[in-house]
Amino acid sequence: MTQYLMSVWHDEEYEVDFSTPDAQRQVAQVDAFNNELQAAGAWVFGGGLHPPSSATVLRAKTDGDVSMTDGPYAESKEQMGGFWVIEAADFDAALEWARKAAVACEGPVELRPFQDE
Amino acid sequence: MSDDDLTSVFRREAGRCTATLIRVLGEVDLAEDAVAEAFAIAAERWPVHGMPPNPGGWITTTARNRAIDRLRRESSRADRHRAAHRLQALAMEPDPDPELDDLDGLVDVVADDQLRLMFLCCHPALSPDAQVALTLRLLGGLDTGEIARAFVVPEATMAQRIVRAKRKLRDNNASYRIPEAAELPDRLGPVLAAIALIFTEGHTATSGDGLVRVDLSTEALRLGRVLVELMPDEPEAVGLLALMLLTDARRPARTTTDGSMVRLADQDRSLWDQARIREGHALVRACLRRNQPGPYQIQAAIAAVHADAPTSDATDWSQIVALYDQLYAFRPNPVVALNRAIAVGELRGAAEGLAALDALDAERLADYQPYHAARADLLARVGRTAESIEAYEGAIARTTNPAERGFLTRQLHRLDSRR
Repeated sequence: MTQYLMSVWHDEEYEVDFSTPDAQRQVAQVDAFNNELQAAGAWVFGGGLHPPSSATVLRAKTDGDVSMTDGPYAESKEQMGGFWVIEAADFDAALEWARKAAVACEGPVELRPFQDE
Repeated sequence: MSDDDLTSVFRREAGRCTATLIRVLGEVDLAEDAVAEAFAIAAERWPVHGMPPNPGGWITTTARNRAIDRLRRESSRADRHRAAHRLQALAMEPDPDPELDDLDGLVDVVADDQLRLMFLCCHPALSPDAQVALTLRLLGGLDTGEIARAFVVPEATMAQRIVRAKRKLRDNNASYRIPEAAELPDRLGPVLAAIALIFTEGHTATSGDGLVRVDLSTEALRLGRVLVELMPDEPEAVGLLALMLLTDARRPARTTTDGSMVRLADQDRSLWDQARIREGHALVRACLRRNQPGPYQIQAAIAAVHADAPTSDATDWSQIVALYDQLYAFRPNPVVALNRAIAVGELRGAAEGLAALDALDAERLADYQPYHAARADLLARVGRTAESIEAYEGAIARTTNPAERGFLTRQLHRLDSRR
């Protein structure tokens, strides 16, 4: 078994307005997907993130001090919006979960394996 | 036993042995190294002791023993833990002895191994470039330099591409298995495309001195046969093999003794390889009976119509235009439309062919050499000489194959002298 990170990517401006039918549909889809992951025993951890404006970046400096900057690490149009950690028997099984994840959240999903322990 | 014997054993067996070793060891790099080591031992021993009756079995068994030795010797504690399971499984098998050729009974497994490896190399999560490179490396036994030359990229670039592809498969724990029926539509496509690309590169090489690279087209044919043998119920796999056979049948007539290119219309059809044509025809008929048409089968049918014609003039162009219409329904791309326009030019005359060509999206075909070559030919035939010369110059500028460039240059000079 290999653990994989499935990250969801959004436009940096993306913010969920739960009052819209679009958002409600997506939330329902993601809930159903989460249930499927859990029922299959593939679920390890997962969750949605607040917008990138909520991020803080900390950097260790050579003198041992740590600097802090407001905002996300990378200045990029696309930012991570949430993620899952799943466990899958092999690449193809993981790809199948990622395919379902992309359909459920209607956005691009990046799949990456964790290093072996 | 000569070096040639060893080279031909390598060409024939390296892919098979690597495929088996990957199944046994579960690791691509280790398997490749072990097979290379076994061939190095063979190069020392065979000239002295003679070639064993089953060279492939000898190589596989020797490579397996070497790999086991190496795992025991070199593996770190963590690796050892992982390898322990596999070694345990190996210990259950009869004691491997290279001289006994104990793999005779495993022919089916070996064939399956190749198919599994083909699907691994052409995993849909790899880029098409990486799929082709990995297929040639692991199944074709070509070295990185040869693959790099075939695709006109620096060797370092190709090496990096192959390493990256192998690493991606390893890190992601990609499984070494034949896809299930439900997955086949997604998974078979890249495998067919990779084999077709290898064949096309062999058929009209983008680099090198000659028009063709026989090693590449031969390898593509071999892979096509392996695929059909193992998946006889996949009509598109059969279609691709038929297409390759019918196309390769023309090879002896495609160049003159000095290596110049001869176009289809001018070829001496008595030089065509009749055995390949017969085999290709039989496969096309088998596809027709099944009646599940697909792009490769239709292209094979087009090649079969050409092969049927005793002379170029006797070609059934109406049939070919109809087949291109059918192909366009599957693959509505400008290249198919271009080939259809050329066929229209043969069926209804150059003026109509040119009209069909002019209706295409010229911008999307701007870098496509055959578009300029076809346009040059049609323009010349309707007497628009100046424009034709310009189109020939455009085609020549986009031609990387010397034989093809020679052909186009001769056409250009012929026109120029008539002006």
